[in-house]
Amino acid sequence: MFHRRSFLKRFSALASTLAVAAAVGVHAPDALAQAKTVKVGILHSLSGTMAISETVLKDVALMAIDEINAKGGVMGMKIEPVVVDPASNWPLFAEKARQLISQDKVAVTFGCWTSVSRKSVLPVFEELNSLLFYPVQYEGEEISRNVFYTGAAPNQQAIPAVEYLMSKEGGAAKRWVLLGTDYVYPRTTNKILRAFLKSKGVADKDIDEKYTPFGHSDYQTIVADVKKFAAGGKTAVVSTINGDSNVPFYKELGNQGLKATDVPVVAFSVGEEELRGVDTKPLVGHLAAWNYFMSIKAPANDEFTKKWASYAKAKNIAGHKDKPLTNDPMEATYIGIYMWKQAVEKAKSFDTDKVAAAMGGQTFTAPSGITSKMDEKNHHLHKAVFIGEVKADGQFNVVWKTKGPVKAQPWSPFIPGNDKKKDEPALMAEKPAAKK
Amino acid sequence: MKFTILVLLSALIVCATPHAVALDRAAVEKLALGDGEERLEAIAALITEGDARAVEVLDALASGDLQVAGKRVLIVKGGSAVDAVTGEKLAALPAEREDVVANNRLRNAAQGAVATLQLVSPDRAQRFAAAKALSASADASALPLVKKALEKEGDTDIRALLAQIAATLELKAGDAKTRLSAVRTLGTSGGGNAKPLLLSVLEDETDPDVKLEAKHSLKQIDKRLAWGQRAGLLFAGVSLGSILLLAALGLAITYGLMGVINMAHGELIMIGAYATFVVQNLFKAHMPSVFDWYLLCAVPVAFAVAALVGMVLERTVIRWLYGRPLETLLATWGISLVLIQAVRTIFGAQNVQVENPAFMSGGIEIMSGVVLPWSRIVIVSFAGAVLAGVWLLLTRTRLGLFIRGVTQNRGMASCVGVPTARVDTLAFGLGSGIAGLAGCALSQIGNVGPDLGQSYIVDSFMVVVLGGVGQLAGTVYAALGLGFANKLLESWAGAVLAKIAVLVFIIVFIQKRPQGMFALKGRSVET
Repeated sequence: MFHRRSFLKRFSALASTLAVAAAVGVHAPDALAQAKTVKVGILHSLSGTMAISETVLKDVALMAIDEINAKGGVMGMKIEPVVVDPASNWPLFAEKARQLISQDKVAVTFGCWTSVSRKSVLPVFEELNSLLFYPVQYEGEEISRNVFYTGAAPNQQAIPAVEYLMSKEGGAAKRWVLLGTDYVYPRTTNKILRAFLKSKGVADKDIDEKYTPFGHSDYQTIVADVKKFAAGGKTAVVSTINGDSNVPFYKELGNQGLKATDVPVVAFSVGEEELRGVDTKPLVGHLAAWNYFMSIKAPANDEFTKKWASYAKAKNIAGHKDKPLTNDPMEATYIGIYMWKQAVEKAKSFDTDKVAAAMGGQTFTAPSGITSKMDEKNHHLHKAVFIGEVKADGQFNVVWKTKGPVKAQPWSPFIPGNDKKKDEPALMAEKPAAKK
Repeated sequence: MKFTILVLLSALIVCATPHAVALDRAAVEKLALGDGEERLEAIAALITEGDARAVEVLDALASGDLQVAGKRVLIVKGGSAVDAVTGEKLAALPAEREDVVANNRLRNAAQGAVATLQLVSPDRAQRFAAAKALSASADASALPLVKKALEKEGDTDIRALLAQIAATLELKAGDAKTRLSAVRTLGTSGGGNAKPLLLSVLEDETDPDVKLEAKHSLKQIDKRLAWGQRAGLLFAGVSLGSILLLAALGLAITYGLMGVINMAHGELIMIGAYATFVVQNLFKAHMPSVFDWYLLCAVPVAFAVAALVGMVLERTVIRWLYGRPLETLLATWGISLVLIQAVRTIFGAQNVQVENPAFMSGGIEIMSGVVLPWSRIVIVSFAGAVLAGVWLLLTRTRLGLFIRGVTQNRGMASCVGVPTARVDTLAFGLGSGIAGLAGCALSQIGNVGPDLGQSYIVDSFMVVVLGGVGQLAGTVYAALGLGFANKLLESWAGAVLAKIAVLVFIIVFIQKRPQGMFALKGRSVET
């Protein structure tokens, strides 16, 4: 009996020591780590129709985070990225955003490409008061106190591109085909462009709007229709096609012999990455409007492309390890992460409101060669606009650019009623009033 | 205007005097380093130089081979450089070079200039190409040269083209009589690019005769264009129909003949596409010299891989579920998810690139403005070949006889010694293999990703059900019919509405005629 009791006693003592040791052993480093890291969410589609564009944004975000961590992190804390895959599924974006904010407790999220995905997560970020950095050109008509837009607003991309095509240098187009994927970004952009074209004296019969579903792959009739429309006068096509539909679209353009010297196509969502799988020889001269091209000659860009090439090689990123490409949304993602870091350091806090307040006026030497500034009020970047023509090797020749950075106009003056809207996010208290 | 006349005169002189040794250095430098208007002037100046060297420089500008090293302008082709001014070859490529950027406007002007210079070339092919290029984009300055070339020209094809170009150019100048004949020529031979010209005539013209003739010519052109459009639409319909047919043909066998509701059919298509991708990569890595022919190898591989996967499925899962359509449906749907995830794990979630072989890019122009892409022509003929193959297999071979026998009366077939279990496996393998072939074809025109099959499964079922279950002929009619209907609606109401309209049509049709277009008469497949 004695033996047994003492054994039991000893055993329980041992067990409790072990348990404590285990608890300490497992939790202590974790607790230490928690003190030293800050979590950051990355919310980009890694599968589905948008994966062609978004996957690489995840990679460039990880590269920027690696860089920052190598230099000591943010305020002495290492950044810990939390990557999720919303799979080009818009409601899933909202679910994943909620998970990032409430479960993983991320300080900030970098993500989204399509406007429909941004619209889907917006209520989540506003409700839980967390920050989103959105790196893609979009249609405007939105300022949220929880979102910083590092891509272009319409006046930083769409309007200058159309102006260029109207100019003598750009071919003096008289008729316009507005071709897009059927969702909010192309529809709104085309609404703005239609109003803009009308203000320049273009008649309704000279504008043709066409939409295709996401993932559409048969562009035979559409290209034939563009040809037919072009018989009525010098025509230009403005493409807001998004995602992997661009590959069959450009293949069809090449195969049907629609040359840029006859009917130039200017695209707002096609960059170096989307043209990767396409034979670009028949596409020489078609255009894209962006705020960055890989071919831009600037010291900051050399550094950026070199870093990306070696990162892609080290991480064995499919495609990029052999042929590294950079593009505009990658640049915007990169700028966004660094600006967030600067703002955190200025605010000396990860608190949403404090960081948001510190963001205004932040500057960063962007790979595009200019010093980009976050507007003091409207949450959008000041950016230079470039128009490039496709070269035979899939890169772009810059044929036109603005003299310096342009301030974003998220509320386009070409949409009626926008002149009354304020160029800054509404405060919480004002919100219901603003909604009326 | 003054400078165009100047250009013309000098161009005419040039035609008579061959060979200037070096080009005007100032003009070449302006071409490479100047800004917009200056460079256009430089092109005009180079036309006056007018010999083969000028053609070379302008060609290099248009194709992006022109570079500058400091102030020296070079034509760089395949690792060796030629001085653009003197034409002498450089011993070594200078390290610091920059591309000369040309935009569309400049490229257009350079191409026009090259074409103008080549109109009097001794080579027929070159003259023809030049005339063709000019017909798209001639400006008034080319008129005297075109007329001169027209006088000398012996070839009838080129003469016709030149006459058309001259007509286009004379519309803007000349007296009422020449304008009238110009308008007439455009009416009989002009294509789509003559239309804006005639429209502008309608607006500006004062002479009533010319105006009337212009209206008439416009009508003629519209008629021709309308025929072109109909032809184009017809081809688009056939092309979409052939794709639907390829996607549905395998299902017509597994679902139509065997009665298996195979939700994993789309994934078998996807497997075929990935098999093509793998073969392509192998060719690229090991046999780059015969890369263009990789499809010849990919076709049997895609068939074999998909057939193998199909037979394994049949042996392991589907066999145990014959006669239980609901369970089959669920099980095959589960399998489709497994296959998608497997491919995602092996190849990654992103789309992979399948390149077209060189002979499948570009197209053939059958009428003015109607270009049929080679890739689609190849796929239409491929679909025809597969259809013929399947038909022969089912009607002319022993296996085909067995398949039909088992389909019509399983018990009886078994009694007379047909190994029904093996026939089932082989038939399922055949259907799956054809799905693989479809994947191989689809990889040439669409995106290849793990979700590829999802976008075709609904279409495939639509075709088979619409055509009538158990009927190959019905599948063919349904595929082509849907292809046409889709393309017709698309050109009329847009892609989004067309898709909706087709679905609504099928729902209504199946309500009225659940057995499909062609119902099997007599004792039908009871599974």
